[in-house]
Amino acid sequence: MAVEPAIEVTQIALTLKEQLPILQIVVPFVAAPLIVFFGSRSLTWPITFAASAISLWISVALLLQVADGGFISYQIGGWAPPLGIEYRVDAANAYLLVLISAISTVILPYARKSVASEVARRHHTLFYACYLLCFTGLMGVVITGDAFNIFVFVEISSLSTYALIAAGAGRDKRALTAAYDYLIMGTIGATFFVIGIGFLYMATGTLNLADIAERIAEHGGNRTIHAAFAFIIVGMGLKAAIYPMHLWLPAAYTYAPSAVSAFLAATATKAAIYVILRFVFSVFQPDFAFQSLALEFILMPLAVLAMFAASFIAVFQSDLKRMLAYSSVAQIGYMVLGITLLTQTGVTATIVHLFNHGITKAALFMGAGALALRAGSSFYDRIQGMGRTMPLTSAAIVIAGLSLIGVPGTAGFISKFVLVEAALDKGWWLVALLVVFSSLLAVVYVWRVFETLYLNAPAAGTIRQEAPLSMLIPLWIMALATIYFGFDTQLTLGAARTAAEGLLAGTTGMLK
Amino acid sequence: MADIFPVAFLYFLGAALLLLLPKGPARGSLGLLIPVLGGIMVWFLPEGLLWNVRFLGLELEFMRVDKLSRVFAVIFSIAAFLGNLYAWHVRDTMQQVAAMIYAGSAIGALFAGDLITLFLFWEGTAMASVFLIWARRTEGAYHTGMRYLIVQVGSGVLLLAGAALYHRETGSLTFEAMTLGSLATWFIFLAFGIKAAFPLLHNWLQDAYPAATVTGTVILSTFTTKLAIYALARGFAGTELLIYIGAIMTLFPIFYAVIENDLRRVLAYSLNNQLGFMVVGIGIGTELALNGAVAHAFAHILYKGLLFMSMGAVLFRTGTAKGSELGGLYKTMPLTMIFCVVGAASISGFPLFSGFVTKSLVLSASTKEQYYFIWFVLLFASAGVFHHSGIKIPYFAFFAHDSGLRPKEAPKHMLLAMGIAAALSIAIGVYPAPLYALLPFEVKYVNYTTPHVVTQLQLLFFSALAFAVLMRTHTYPPELKSVNLDTDWAYRRFLPRMINRVAPGLWSVWTAKLNFWQERFNDLVRSLHHTHGPEGRLASVWPTGSMVLWIAVLLAVTLVANFLSL
Repeated sequence: MAVEPAIEVTQIALTLKEQLPILQIVVPFVAAPLIVFFGSRSLTWPITFAASAISLWISVALLLQVADGGFISYQIGGWAPPLGIEYRVDAANAYLLVLISAISTVILPYARKSVASEVARRHHTLFYACYLLCFTGLMGVVITGDAFNIFVFVEISSLSTYALIAAGAGRDKRALTAAYDYLIMGTIGATFFVIGIGFLYMATGTLNLADIAERIAEHGGNRTIHAAFAFIIVGMGLKAAIYPMHLWLPAAYTYAPSAVSAFLAATATKAAIYVILRFVFSVFQPDFAFQSLALEFILMPLAVLAMFAASFIAVFQSDLKRMLAYSSVAQIGYMVLGITLLTQTGVTATIVHLFNHGITKAALFMGAGALALRAGSSFYDRIQGMGRTMPLTSAAIVIAGLSLIGVPGTAGFISKFVLVEAALDKGWWLVALLVVFSSLLAVVYVWRVFETLYLNAPAAGTIRQEAPLSMLIPLWIMALATIYFGFDTQLTLGAARTAAEGLLAGTTGMLK
Repeated sequence: MADIFPVAFLYFLGAALLLLLPKGPARGSLGLLIPVLGGIMVWFLPEGLLWNVRFLGLELEFMRVDKLSRVFAVIFSIAAFLGNLYAWHVRDTMQQVAAMIYAGSAIGALFAGDLITLFLFWEGTAMASVFLIWARRTEGAYHTGMRYLIVQVGSGVLLLAGAALYHRETGSLTFEAMTLGSLATWFIFLAFGIKAAFPLLHNWLQDAYPAATVTGTVILSTFTTKLAIYALARGFAGTELLIYIGAIMTLFPIFYAVIENDLRRVLAYSLNNQLGFMVVGIGIGTELALNGAVAHAFAHILYKGLLFMSMGAVLFRTGTAKGSELGGLYKTMPLTMIFCVVGAASISGFPLFSGFVTKSLVLSASTKEQYYFIWFVLLFASAGVFHHSGIKIPYFAFFAHDSGLRPKEAPKHMLLAMGIAAALSIAIGVYPAPLYALLPFEVKYVNYTTPHVVTQLQLLFFSALAFAVLMRTHTYPPELKSVNLDTDWAYRRFLPRMINRVAPGLWSVWTAKLNFWQERFNDLVRSLHHTHGPEGRLASVWPTGSMVLWIAVLLAVTLVANFLSL
């Protein structure tokens, strides 16, 4: 049973369609050094955008191929797993690939003006090269079916992220300490993760996820595997900013250039959550996850704690970007909560929230960046009264804010609804109530933004001008998307259900 | 069925288009065009369930068309048209868009076939309408708007809670006739009751309506409360409790209305009183009574809008709507005066005006079902209405002592809007058959019989006589420059003494309790701020070392938990 799929797909891929999984990674990965090689500032942005757009096109093509619940296995260099590296695309990660590449493709047009105002011109080529590497890394983490390869891509994305965050130093020197903190924390997280993989290798003798899953299923768990589970959860939990391992996140998102904040907030933590999902449900035996006290007694309380503590902190913030960062920590709590329910509906809630929160936060951070462009910073006392001077930007922020609260008719409502439904299905009434109550805190912090923008007089010395069109259009695409996906749930919820089904099928899901 | 879509969307589209058009006639025209298109659509819609959408496994019916929803939608369309015509001069984007969304949500709620759709539009009316109050852009208007919003959203939350419980109980979300009894139906009943301004739940109305802009009040007075009347008629027709609630509603505002000085607030009280007639009709619940309630709502929207429009015009021209500062305006605003008198005659139920033909349906229904006491209450209330709305409003504004104000006549578009409303009010009064044809049930009723006309005229003339005598003898509560209840000697003598004895005790208990909870709440916020605030331990920037330490701790705990779970 173990060898069957390997035999089945040993023929060498020839057509373009069959090469799509590797092109998904190669295109942005090659574009990054190309930018530096050309060194031309006028070519930088077009190449970046083209790479991102091509990636989006490929990921949509991949999603269409696997939407019915099947999977694509691609062997790099024709080396069959477990020896070679395998890319494995199923509904769960194709969905993530689309999310990441779509958000990147929408953010890039926005980034052009935003980055121009926040990063020194001479750094632009390097900035976009880092951006593409980060993008490649995130896509790679999601697409690969090889445990060590995940680590490699995590490192690629992390190292470039540190540089991207540090690029905010032109505006505020604190970006440097934020990047440094993240560097230390991120490295520790990645180290834990690689230790966990080492344990797994030790116990199973393979690095291919499907293979590991199968061996664990065959031989059952032992101490080594349990240790691996703990290291992987904590290591990836750090990258995902699960409370209280979120401490790097607020500063990083606050001081990074706005476009970077928008991109990272919408994608980076989501990729880490995906890895956790993949390991918890596909790699380790499902029964193992069910028996584990770690999820129910450690991660679940932490998730609930995040929902409240981070929301309270967000309520008291006086800087829009920092507030959004803390709100992200709270929202990650909802995603983790969905995982710890260990039911199909719970996982569906997590996956659909990955998507919905991604577009919501992207819109909000883009809005914050647009305000900061005109006001100089995103502090409440600088951006107050901007509802009058920047009506379009402010209106988009309000729409996305409603989605952040989870008002019916917005994307945020869908995911919270599914999450509450999942908690109720499991009979966790208290948890369902807590989800609703913590949403009320979101009402408070979003209201503060609304009040600042619309009900206060404008601060003196701000530029009274709407944001440029190249920033407004992406912002509004995201804001309208939050409304659209609040009504059309076929794409998001449907795909999330298929993905959750695949993930929860456990080892069988990995082995077809 | 592809060509049928919810009428509400037409209004929302209109609201979006408004933003694209330049301020001025173009926007004004769109504001008139949309209600006309919507009205035509409503008129020609076939009956049945026309448009639904599946959402999270729920079947949401956006377009349930039957006679009851259609008649309300027709009058809402007319009212939206008149309101926008009246507001032709307004150049404030916020008000225009809010009015459009408000009207659209209200009409959307009429066609809602299930409780969730109803809830969505219910909240839509709340959110949109508050901007009509905020549009005044004063500190007071802001706070009033906030209070209004809290009450309205509260009503929506109750409705949602009720809907959820109802779904659990019956497994259905269809919005249909319900019987009071379970917690679910009580929640829904209360939600409707708040919007219908039941006694003790009514304060938001008198608080908010006079605080809105000149044009905002006209639009506000139309939709929210009548939407609640519609909802009650659909959900709780024949609930006996409503008869008594309605009877109280017709009575208590009269006393406030008599001593109130702000004429727009007088109208707000009389609005409450008129709602009472409709609630009684719904409570009786026979075909005749329901027809009466619906017809009365129809006529009421026209003449109450007309009265608010005329007072709005006075406020617009003079800057005040206080009885004590007005008077003698008939000299320079004769047309406004005439329209106001038409509105006053309609609300008082003069024969040949709309109030007469609709109110008498409710009155007859009450005698037919042997609610003689209720009949008497309604009769008394009718006299009261005539007194405070029929006489007091036009008298103090346009006649009384000459205030010396010589404002210009109201602008043309306002006159046109008032003229149409006045013409419709008279038309209904003279020839009610077309209105009767619209009603949910067949009408077999003759209005203009000798006893009806004579009874009504007697009532009106004696009421007028009383007013005249009081004015002659100078015992009528004078139009003092005050806003509170200190006019009548009876109030001065007895009530204050009673209140002074009881109130301080009650008051101190109340404030002590309030203070206690306020303190607790403040303490909570303070301690949260201490821990979670920007300077707090949880939000401050941690040294890298301690971050790492915590991760190590977490890893250790996770490892232990994992080993334990073996």
